[in-house]
Amino acid sequence: MTVTAAFFYLFSTVTVASAFMVIASRNPVQSVLFLILAFVNAAGLFLLMGAEFLAMILVVVYVGAVAVLFLFVVMMLDVDFAELREGSLQYLPIGALIGVVFLIELILVVGTWAIDPNLIRVPAATIPPADQVTNTTALGRVLYTHYFFAFQAAGLILLVAMIGAIVLTLRERLGVKRQDISRQVARTQETAIELRKVPFREGLKDVA
Amino acid sequence: MGFWDAVLAVAIIVGKSLLLLVSLLIYIAYALYADRKIWAAVQLRRGPNVVGPWGLLQSFADLLKFVLKEPVIPSGANKGLFLLAPLLTAVLAFASWAVIPLAEGWVISDINVGVLYIFAISSLGVYGIIIGGWASNSKYPFLGALRSAAQMVSYEVSIGFVIITVLMCAGSLNLTDIVRSQDSRFGLLGWYWLWLFPMFVIFFISAMAETNRPPFDLPEAESELVAGFGVEYSSTPYLLFMLGEYVAIMTMCALGTILFLGGWLSPIPFPPFTWVPGIVWFVLKASFLFFMIAMMKAIVPRYRYDQLMRLGWKVFLPISIGAVVLVALVLKLTNLAPVS
Repeated sequence: MTVTAAFFYLFSTVTVASAFMVIASRNPVQSVLFLILAFVNAAGLFLLMGAEFLAMILVVVYVGAVAVLFLFVVMMLDVDFAELREGSLQYLPIGALIGVVFLIELILVVGTWAIDPNLIRVPAATIPPADQVTNTTALGRVLYTHYFFAFQAAGLILLVAMIGAIVLTLRERLGVKRQDISRQVARTQETAIELRKVPFREGLKDVA
Repeated sequence: MGFWDAVLAVAIIVGKSLLLLVSLLIYIAYALYADRKIWAAVQLRRGPNVVGPWGLLQSFADLLKFVLKEPVIPSGANKGLFLLAPLLTAVLAFASWAVIPLAEGWVISDINVGVLYIFAISSLGVYGIIIGGWASNSKYPFLGALRSAAQMVSYEVSIGFVIITVLMCAGSLNLTDIVRSQDSRFGLLGWYWLWLFPMFVIFFISAMAETNRPPFDLPEAESELVAGFGVEYSSTPYLLFMLGEYVAIMTMCALGTILFLGGWLSPIPFPPFTWVPGIVWFVLKASFLFFMIAMMKAIVPRYRYDQLMRLGWKVFLPISIGAVVLVALVLKLTNLAPVS
C-alpha cells in the first residue's frame, strides 16, 4: 500500500510541476515537452487507479499523436513567446474581469448540477465487479450498449470536423504538374512509344 | 507479506529484467552482424570478417569503438535535450520488452493491455528522433526529424488497424492470450498469418516504416540529408540511437511473431516438434522476420518521400479500415467471434 502511495505522490508531484513548467518555461518547444511529461504522469495516475485501458489510450492518443503534431508545429514556428508576453500587463484588468465572470458562471452552473438518478442506475446495474472482467471489456460493454448512440454521434462530429478541416485547407492550384499513379501504371508500350520515320534533311514538322 | 518478501519479489523482477536485457543485447549484437552479412551476401561482398572467427566479434568491437570515442556536442545545441534524445530512444525501445512473452509464462509483466502498451511505447519512440533533430540546432538533423515525425505518425495508424483485426479474432489485448488463441490442431495453418494474410503484409511493411528501416529510411537518407537526425551525433549517444533502432526492429519482429506467427507455438503440433522448448520456436520465428527485413534492405530501393506518404494514407489506411469492417462482419456472421 505504501508503495502505491509513494508512486501516487511521485506521479502527482511531477504532473503538477511539469504542468506549471508548461506555462513558465520560456522556450515553446520545452513547454510542449513538459506538457508531454505531464501527460505521461497522468497516465501513471490512471494506472494506479486500475484504469489501465485509459492510461494506455492517453499515451497513444495524446502523447503519441496529438503532442507529436503539436511539437511539429511549434518547432516550425519561429515564435518568441517572451516577446509576445511583453506588455501583457496592460491587458491584465480586462483579462482579470473576464476571468472573474467566467469563474462566477462556472460556480453558478456547477453549484446547481444534479445528475439524473436514473442515469446513475443504468450503468451501475450492468458493470460487474472489476476483478471479474478487465476494464477494457467493461468499457466496451458500456460504450457499445447504453451509450451507443452518444458514441456514434461523437464519431460523426469528429468526422465532420475532419472533413471541415480538409475542405478549408484544400486548394486546387492550376498549372501544377501532379503525379497520377493510376495513369502511370496504366501506360503501356503502345501508348508511350511512337516510332516515326524521319525524312532526311526535313525533320518532323509537327514536333516542336 | 513481510518486508523481506517484498525485497525478494523486487529482486526477482530485477533479476529477470537483467537476464532479458543481457540476452536481448547479445542477440542484437548478432542480429546486427547478420544484417551486415546478409546485406553483403546480396551484394557479393564478404561483409565483416576480420574481428574474431568469421568476424563474429565485429559488433563488440564496434561497441568498444563507440564507447571510447569522444562525444562531440555542437556549441549551438541544446545540451540537455541533445543528450536526452538518444537515451529516450534506447530506454523506450527496451521498455516494450517488459510485456513480450518469449514462451509460455516467460514474461516479466503479463498485463491485460499488453498490445496497447507496446503500441503506446512504440508511438513514443518518435520523440527521441524529433528531440534529437531539434536539439542539434542544425538543418539536416531538423529536416530528418520532421520527416520521421510525419512518417511514424502515418504508419502508426495502419499498424493500429492491423492490430485491431488480430484483436477481434483473439478477443483479448493480452499478448499471452493472443498466442493461446492461435493454438489449434492445425499447427501453423491455424495462425493468423494465413487467415489475415493481407494484414500480415501490411503489418510487415508498416513495421519497417515505423522503425525507419530501409526502404523507408528517409529520416536518415544519406543521399539527401547526410545522416538525417544523426548528423551531429557521435560516440555513445550515436550508439544509443543505433541500439534503440535495432531494439525497436526486434520488438516489431517479436510483435509480428506474437500476432501472426503463433508466438512460442510449434508449427507442427505433434510430439517430436512439441518437445522443443517454446523459446526456440519464438527466436526462430522472430529471426525469420528479421531475415526478411534484412533482405528488404538489400533488395528494395529507397522510397521517395511523397510516395511513402501516399502508400501510408491512400493505400494502407483504406485497406486496413476495410479489413477491420470485413473481419468483424465475417466473425459476426459465422459466430466465430470469441466471447468474453
